[in-house]
Amino acid sequence: MANQAGAQNAAQSPRTAVVIGGNRIPFARAGGAYAYSSNRDMLIAALDGLVARFGLQGERIGEVAAGAVLKHSRDFNLTREAVLGSALSPETPAYDLQQACATGLETVVGLSNKIRLGQIESGIAGGVDSASDAPIAVSEGLRRVLLDLSRAKTTQQKIRILSTLRPKDLSPNAPGTGEPRTGLSMGEHQAITTAAWQITREAQDELAYRSHQNLAAAYDRGFFADLLTPYRGLVRDANLRADTSPEKLATLKPVFGKGLDSPATMTAGNSTPLTDGAAVVLLGSEDYARANNLPMLANVVDAEAAAVDFVQGDEGLLMAPVHALPRLLKRNGLTFADFDFFEIHEAFAGTVLSSLAAWEDEEYCRRVLGLDGALGSIDRSKLNVNGSSLAAGHPFAATGGRIVASLAKTLSEQGGRGLISVCAAGGQGVVAILEARN
Amino acid sequence: MADAYLDLVNTPLPAKIAKALGLPRPSVLRRWTPGEVLAPHPVLVAGAGAGADALADVLLGWDVEVRRHVLPGEKLSAAVVVLEAATEPADLAAPMLELGHAVKLLVPGGRVIGVLRSAADASGPAQAAARQGIDGALRSVAHELRGGATANGIILRGDATTTDPTTLGALRFFLSGRSAYVDGQFVEVASTPSGSITDLAAATAASGEGVADQPLAGKTAVVTGAARGIGAKIAEVLARDGARVVAVDVPAAGEQLAAVANSVGGTALQVDITAADAAVRILDHVRRRFGTLDIVVHNAGITRDKLLANMDASRWESVIAVNIASQLRMNEQFIASPVFSETGRIVSLASTSGIAGNRGQSNYAASKAGVIGMVRAQAAEFGGTGRSINAVAPGFIETDMTAKIPPLTRQVARRLSSLQQGGLPVDVADTVAFLSSDAAAGINGQVLRVCGQNLVGA
Repeated sequence: MANQAGAQNAAQSPRTAVVIGGNRIPFARAGGAYAYSSNRDMLIAALDGLVARFGLQGERIGEVAAGAVLKHSRDFNLTREAVLGSALSPETPAYDLQQACATGLETVVGLSNKIRLGQIESGIAGGVDSASDAPIAVSEGLRRVLLDLSRAKTTQQKIRILSTLRPKDLSPNAPGTGEPRTGLSMGEHQAITTAAWQITREAQDELAYRSHQNLAAAYDRGFFADLLTPYRGLVRDANLRADTSPEKLATLKPVFGKGLDSPATMTAGNSTPLTDGAAVVLLGSEDYARANNLPMLANVVDAEAAAVDFVQGDEGLLMAPVHALPRLLKRNGLTFADFDFFEIHEAFAGTVLSSLAAWEDEEYCRRVLGLDGALGSIDRSKLNVNGSSLAAGHPFAATGGRIVASLAKTLSEQGGRGLISVCAAGGQGVVAILEARN
Repeated sequence: MADAYLDLVNTPLPAKIAKALGLPRPSVLRRWTPGEVLAPHPVLVAGAGAGADALADVLLGWDVEVRRHVLPGEKLSAAVVVLEAATEPADLAAPMLELGHAVKLLVPGGRVIGVLRSAADASGPAQAAARQGIDGALRSVAHELRGGATANGIILRGDATTTDPTTLGALRFFLSGRSAYVDGQFVEVASTPSGSITDLAAATAASGEGVADQPLAGKTAVVTGAARGIGAKIAEVLARDGARVVAVDVPAAGEQLAAVANSVGGTALQVDITAADAAVRILDHVRRRFGTLDIVVHNAGITRDKLLANMDASRWESVIAVNIASQLRMNEQFIASPVFSETGRIVSLASTSGIAGNRGQSNYAASKAGVIGMVRAQAAEFGGTGRSINAVAPGFIETDMTAKIPPLTRQVARRLSSLQQGGLPVDVADTVAFLSSDAAAGINGQVLRVCGQNLVGA
C-alpha cells in the first residue's frame, strides 16, 4: 500500500494541502424538494452546514471557489454572493469556476494548489446545480429586438424595430444537455461508447444496483452524519432506492441509443437523473488545521485534466479521464495496485464500465493511450464503496465535492490511497489522487 | 405561542377591568438583560445572628444598599430573611412578621429569599420543626406575592455558611432576572468542595465583580436536542454566558441544528443520542476541538403520549430510550473519560410530569422521574469531588410543543401557577446556565423546578 514513489510528488511541493471535512445537502431529483431553491440558496445551505460543523462563523477563509453548470446570467458572481449570504466573514474572497461536471473537483485542485504554494491557508471548494431552477433564455430573435430597442431614440424607431418581431421569436430557449458541436445529448454520446465497448445491459444494471446498495449501507451505518446537512425536509438523497434489485432495474425501458445498430442498453436506472444539490469541501494547510484543532482526513496529492476529440476523432465524449489517468499515475510512479479506493463518477453505468474496459484493453492502451500494455484492472470491491452518482444523483458541479469529502473520510477511517475520476461535457475529464495521512 | 392575555392585562384599561372582575393579572416578569442592576432599591437582610451579619456585609460589597430593618415607606428590591438561627417554631415569629412588612414594600419583580438550614441536619424535633416550618411559610409567601415577585429558599447543608461561594452564587441567581420563573423553590447548598472552584471564581463570588456577564467564559458545553425549542435557547444562553457550545441533535434535525450553531458561534454535531457510540462521538469531537468537556446538558427528549391502557411498546420504549436510557449510557462514558473535566457539570432536563405524574404521560413521567432518580444517585457518587449533577424540571413553558395544546386547556394551564403565566425557554435556559457555572459548585443532586410555582406536583 505504501508505495514510496507516490510521495515523490508531494515531497517536491513545499507544503501539503489537506481535506479537513465536507458538507453537502441531500441531493433531490429535479422538480422535487428543491424545485424552488436557487443555486445560490443551495450553495449557502451547503456552506452554512460546513460553517456549523467546524465552527467557522465569522472566519475569513483564504478563498472560496465553486461553480454551477446550469447558471443564470444574474449569477455571474454566484460563489461570492453565496459567501455574503453565509455565516462566513464577508471579507472572504471567492471566485466562480466552470468546467462542466468537473467543476467541483477542479475547485478542489485549484485551491489545494494555492494552499501548497502558500498563497492561502484555508479554502472551501465546491459546486452546486439546479436542474429545476434552470435558466431559460429568450430566443435569439427576441434578444436582438430587445437590444435594438434599448438603443432606439425615437418612437418611430421603436415601432419599426418592434415590427420585425415574429411569433416564433417569442418561444424561449430551454437549456439542454446536448453537445453544441454534435447536437447529440450526453446520453446518446455515451450510448455510442457503451455499444463500442460492448457493455451489456446486465453489467450496467449490476453497477447501478451496487451503487444503491453501497449508498444505502453508508447511510445506515451513519457514514454521512458528518458529511451532510438536511435541507428543506430532505434527509437523504431522494434518488436512493435501497430496495431496488437487478430484476427491477431489468424491467426499465432503454432511453438512449435506440437508433444504434446494437440493442439499446441504457435506461433511466443505469443513467443519472437530473438532480438538484450542492456540496462543499474544507481544505487547509497542515498548519491551519493544527492551529484550529481541525481534523486532517486526507492529503490532496495530485491531479490531471485531459480532453479528447469527440467531434472529429473517434473517442467517446466521456472518455477523457481514461486518457488523464495514465499520465497522472506515471507522474506519481503509481499503478492501480497502489490504490485502495476508486471513485469513478457514475454519469452513466456505461461510462464507468467503458473506462474500466478501456484500461483493461491492451490494444487500446497501446494504440490510443500510447502505453506499453494494458493499464490494468480495478478490483470491483474497491470501486465506489459508498455508492456514487447513480444512487445519489448528480447535480453536475456538486459531484466533485461529494466525492472528495466522502473519499477523504473513508481514507481517514481505513487508511490507504484513493483515486477520483470525473468525466465532463466537452470531452473533458479530471482525475485526482487523495492519500490517507497514516 | 404568545400569551395574548398576558399582553392584554398589562395595558391600562383591560388591567382595570381584570382587577374589577377578579381575573388573573399576570405581570411581565423581570428577566435578565446585559448590565443588569441586581437591586436598584435597597435590600432588606432580616434575621439575627453572625450568618445574617456576614451576608449583609457581602451584599454591601456588591454595591447593594442594605437595610437590617424595614424603613416605613421605602421601596425594597428584595427581602433576604436569614433564619439559620431558628431553634424552635416560636423563633420564626419575629423574622416572618418583619418579612410581612417588607413584602408590602417590594417593587414589581421583587424577590423574597430565605436562607435556612436543613431540617435533615437538625439536632432534634423542635429545631427540625422550626426549619421545616420555614419551608411551608416561604412557599405560602410565594403564593401571596404579586407583580411578578418570587419567593425562594437556600437551604444550607452540613457546614455550609451564609457566605460560602455557592450560597452567594445561589443568592445572586435568585436576586437576578435569571430566576424570573423560579418561584416557591428551595435549593440545597453544601459547602463548596475545595478545588471545585477556582480562587478567582471564589473571589468574584465574594466581591460580586465581573461575574454578571460571562460566568461560563472558557467552558465547553454540550447541549443535546439543541436544534429547536428549549434546547436551542439553552445553547444560546450558554453561549451568551461565554461558553463554547457543541450543539447536538439527530441528523434529521441537521438543518435547524446548523442554524442554531451558526447563531451562537458554536459547532453542530449530528448524533443520535440513542446510538451506542453517541458519547464516543461527542467526546472525540470535544477532545479534538476544545480539549475538555466542562458542561453536559441532557436536554433531548420526546413525548409519545397515550393513556397507559392504549400504550404500545414502541411508544413506551422510544420515550425511555431517548429520555433516560441514553443519558445513563452517555454519563457512564463521559464520567469515565479523561476529557470530562474534574469540575464537570451535568444538568438533566426533568419535568414536573416526572414529579407529579400527568394523564397520558406514564411513559414520559417514568423517563423524567427516572432522570431525577439518576441525578440523585449520581450526585451521591460525585459527592466531595468537584463534579456535580442536577436536574431542572420545567413546568408549563411556551414552546412549539405547548402551542399544540388546545387553546382553552392552554389558557388554564398558564394560569395554574403563582405567576399566572407560562414560562419562556429562556427561563429554563438561565437556570441550566446557573447550575452549569462555578457559582453552583456546592449544588449537587438537586431538582430545581422552573414552573412559576405551578400547582401541579407542588
